[in-house]
Order: sequence, then C-alpha cells, then structure tokens
Amino acid sequence: MLGYWPKVKYIMAYDKFEVLTSTAYPLPIENVDTDQIIPARFLKATKREGFGDNFFRDWRYDSEGNPIADFPLNDAKYAGSKILVGGKNFGSGSSREHAAWSVYDFGLRCVISSFFADIFRNNCLNVGVLPVQVSADFAQKIFDAIEADPKTEIKVDLPNQKVTLVATGESESFEINDYKKDNMLNGFDDIDYLQNMKDEVLAFGKTRPF
Amino acid sequence: MSKTLFDKVWDSHVVRKIKGGPDVFFIDRHFIHEVTSPVAFVGLKERGIGVMYPERTFATADHNTPTWNQHLPVADPLSANQLEALANNAAEYGISHWGLGHRNNGIVHIVGPENGITLPGATIVCGDSHTSTHGAFGAIAFGIGTSEVEMVLSTQCIMQPKPKKMRINVNGKLGFGVTPKDVALYIISKQTTSGATGYFVEYAGDVFENMTMEGRMTVCNLSIEMGARGGMIAPDEKTFEYIKGRKHTPKGADWDTAMAYWKTLKTDDDAEFDVEFNYDAADIEPMITYGTNPGMGMGVTKSIPLAEEVQGGVATYKKSLGYMKFNEGDDMIGKQVDYVFLGSCTNGRIEDFRAFCSIIEGRQKADNITAWLVPGSHKVVDQIKAEGLDKIIEAAGFVLREPGCSACLAMNDDKVPAGKLAVSTSNRNFEGRQGPGSRTLLASPLVAAATAVTGVVSDPRELLQAASV
Repeated sequence: MLGYWPKVKYIMAYDKFEVLTSTAYPLPIENVDTDQIIPARFLKATKREGFGDNFFRDWRYDSEGNPIADFPLNDAKYAGSKILVGGKNFGSGSSREHAAWSVYDFGLRCVISSFFADIFRNNCLNVGVLPVQVSADFAQKIFDAIEADPKTEIKVDLPNQKVTLVATGESESFEINDYKKDNMLNGFDDIDYLQNMKDEVLAFGKTRPF
Repeated sequence: MSKTLFDKVWDSHVVRKIKGGPDVFFIDRHFIHEVTSPVAFVGLKERGIGVMYPERTFATADHNTPTWNQHLPVADPLSANQLEALANNAAEYGISHWGLGHRNNGIVHIVGPENGITLPGATIVCGDSHTSTHGAFGAIAFGIGTSEVEMVLSTQCIMQPKPKKMRINVNGKLGFGVTPKDVALYIISKQTTSGATGYFVEYAGDVFENMTMEGRMTVCNLSIEMGARGGMIAPDEKTFEYIKGRKHTPKGADWDTAMAYWKTLKTDDDAEFDVEFNYDAADIEPMITYGTNPGMGMGVTKSIPLAEEVQGGVATYKKSLGYMKFNEGDDMIGKQVDYVFLGSCTNGRIEDFRAFCSIIEGRQKADNITAWLVPGSHKVVDQIKAEGLDKIIEAAGFVLREPGCSACLAMNDDKVPAGKLAVSTSNRNFEGRQGPGSRTLLASPLVAAATAVTGVVSDPRELLQAASV
C-alpha cells in the first residue's frame, strides 16, 4: 500500500489483480477499434450487464448469427483464457467504456498489445482490466509462441510489473503508474479516491471564474 | 516559465498532483447523453453519493434519437428506455435536459457551442470521444468513459496524467474546393490513426487563423481520429464574436473579466512542444478515405496505395481493403455509391449545408443514391430555412431530416445496409460503423454533394467550376 488509500471506501469496484497465469486468445490485427470490440447497436443497456455476449460480435458471428469457427474467440483451443493478445493500436476510436466492460464480462482480466489507444487503456484501468504494453518484438514472440502451442501460458505479475512466457522464461517488464498499480492490487477505484477529497475540490471550485 | 496554450489551461485546473500518478483535474463543463451516462447514475446510487455541481452538467439526447417523425414515441424500446433514463436522471439530480423535441436539442457537440456553454479556457468532458470538437474555442475538451462520467457527476473531477504536447502548423493558401474536413483528413492520413496517441494537439498557422469557427470545430472534432485525446486552437476575435451574447456566455462585467483572461490564452513565443509538424496548405486536395480507419485517406483523384507502399502490417491492410471490396491501385473517382450522409458532429453545421447546397443547386439527386441530410440541431434547421437552403434541397430532390447523430454510428434507424457503399461526412469508417457490413468513405460536404448528384465518387472541383458560385 502506497498510502493513497483513505478513510472511506464505498464499493469493491472489481476483483483485485495480483498475478495472473493463463493461456491467451491471439488477435494479431492492428488498429482494432472499439466499434469492433462492441458495436454501437449493443450499447443500449442502462445497466452494466451482459456486454460479454456481444464482445467482438461482428467478428465472432456471421450475419445469420452463427459462430465463425476459426475466429480465435470461438476457437476451442483457446477457450477459458483470461488474457487477450491484440495487435498494435488496440482499442482505438470511441470512448465507450462498454468496450472495457465487454472485455471483463467475457472473462478476461488482461489485454497485451504493443500499443494501446488512450481512452481504451484508461477505461480498462478503471474497470479492473490490466492493459499490458510490451515491445513490438515481445508481442511478436507471444504470437509466435501461441501459434506454435495454443496452450502457451503467460504469467502477468503486477507487483513486479513483469510479463513472462512460462515455458521459456522469456520476459519483459511493463509500465504502470504507482497510483493505478495500487488501485489494481487493492480493487480500489478513482471514484472512491475523489470522494475522499471533496472538501479540497469544493474549495478549488470556488476559485473558478465560470 | 514559457507555457503553451494547453499548459495554461491544464495547469489552472489541477486540484491536486499525485506523486507517481495522475493529476486530479477540475472540469468546468460536463455534457451527458443517453448512451454513456445511465450506468454512471446507477453507480452514484450504488455508492449512495450525489451530484456535486448539477449546474455544471448539461444533458441532451442525440445518439439514439430518430431523425424522422420526432413527435411520435421512439419505436425501439431499448432506445426509448435510455432516453427515459436520461430524462429521469436529469430531473432527479437537477441537471439541465434538452430531450427530444426541446428547442435546444441536437448533437451534443453542436448544441454546446451554440448555447455558449463552450468557452475559451474551460475544461470540457463528455462520454463521447468527439468532445474534442470544443477545443476550437481554446478549451481543453476530450472524451471520457462512463466511470469518469460518474467521477465528474460526484466530484467534478477526473484523474488524468497530463498528456504530451504536439503542435501541427498548416500554413499557406488552401486550394479551390478544399474544406476544413479535407485539412483534417489530410493531417490524419499523414499521422495515421494512432500517430498522435498520448498527445494533446494545438493547431496553429494561418490556415486555422483564417478558418471560421465551424471549420475549426470540424478540425478539432477529428483530433481523436489520429489518436490524440484532443486538439485546440487559440481563441481570437472570431471566437469572441461567435460566443458573445449566447445563452450561457458570461454577461456584463463577467464578460469583461473573462475577456481579459481569454486574451492571455495563446502559446508563448518560446514555449516548447514535445513534437511539432508542419504541413503546406497547397499540398491538400479534396480528400476521401478508402479503408477502415480514418487514417486511410488520400486525395480524391488518387488511386488506392499498394500494400508495400503503406505503413503497418500487410495482413491488416489487405483485411481492410477486403472488407471494403476494393483492390490496391483502384481509382476512387467513378466508384458507384449507394448512400450519401451529410451530418454528424463533424459536418452537421450551417456551413456544411451551405457547401452541400452550392453543388446541388440546379442539379438533381442521382437515382441510385439514398441521401440523408441531417442538421446537427434545431438552430441549424432554423438557419437553413432562413437562408432558403431548404428550397434548394427540395428542388434538387433531397429531403431535410430532423436533428441527431443519425447514420454516423448505427444506433438509431438510419443504418446503411450490408454491402452498400456510403460517402459520409461523419468521422469514422470502421467496419460496420454505419450498420453491420456497411462500407464507408469519409469525405467533405462538397465531395458528398458531388457524389450525390452524379451517383459515383466525384471531384467537387469540376462541379464547382461549372456552378455559378
């Protein structure tokens, strides 16, 4: 605990994240936008429920609603994985947090990519999905390893900020700011943090001209 | 110490700096709409917390709303449910609400500036990535997620690390038929869809200085399409002229105080950016996209690049062209089009309708084209009528619809069917963006108009030369 955490905590926003070891779904496509992660027509709920069913809807199902067998998320080889490895610039486009909810709701806790779009990364951190940015070389190593063995296990160690290919021991460190790391390790969120500094905000608000 | 415009506005809104973490960042103005706000209100209730400053939040319905027969009940029950949730939440917490049918209703990024809610030097957020639009006024404006909507409602703050700074300078004289949309699509084609990720952009140079406020909004709107969180332009006399006397603009002595502050909002001469780009206005043509992200754009007279000529992976590029049913090396001019969409927060303002009408006047809509002409707000509708543009639209065989986001994102009834090709003045050409299986070409209102009357992708300059404008 880094001492960010405070007097009042309102809800457990999501499960704590410490060390995750899992196989992974590979999706080596660049510029995957949030309209693919969850198309706009599925954003019509007024509660945060059921978004996993429509995760990558138009890539998982054909126009008749039949599953597309060779799409990785439908492929039994990878079933039950808690990690998705995406191509460069994952999560571009719309600010819809529904995209991050659908990742979580589908059963994933971590997305690995060589580059993330800003808002998607931020949304993931706010809902308990860890975005892990690795070098393009290491991302390729992961894709190659999964292609050679779909049961390849990846260990994501948040306390040590390290991602490892379990079989070979090859690893790389990743960045996350101390504050967000502490949030993820404890299942805290920004809303609780802000609730604990309301007086400071109100005092600041008095200084705003408009 | 010398500061950029962005530094000045950002630094004056930091409530607390967290060591090894983000800034606690105060938000002056918050827009909400029916799609990304309901879950935030559920969150408030679960935590048992309230809204700190209801007067700083403004609600309008736009994403789900029909653009035809708005006086009738909304047919889709899920959309109706979200619209009702917005209305109920606004009423419960004392938030201003411009619902369907209200005189001030319209697309959030169009009605905000129209009503003087958008001000220079302000911080503005909304659960919508095109919130960057408001940067045209010298505001820091960007899209946020629903958790952040809940943060703003409950404490008027979000927690953000300060982005890096980029300046994009475009100088020179824009060519005939080249619009602000083309300037933006040109910049994005150079930056790619992710080139500005991690940055906040300032647009500078005489092209932006000479641009109208509507044009500046179009440019700032599209900042997110190259990955930038937002983009902004220093306020000037044009900005002040635009906002003066609007509904929520400061009045009297408050106006004078605000003006004194607003005039300081420019980048100091020796301030530094993390990165800077310079483009020449003369290099910009009317643009069109050919792929499945807004970075895949080029001059409308060009042919689609070969896979080995583009940045990024070949497999991704081929997948994109495969979805579009295009081939490397294809010309865009002459491709048969099925739908034309004029509207959205990108190009749903009065100038966009003037531009469109300058080409369709005295011509007829092509038989193979289904056209949706959707003003961004009731005020835009009023202006269209005041200028007689509705008569031109009608005479050319088009129909003016009612305000809303419409065919930009396939959340309402205006959807492009699978396989059909649309030329759209909106902001995204992602797979399925305008409806499952739809194929989108992004372009300016002039290119859209030229296409609408010829039935094929067309260079507007040829029609403009023939027209008496």
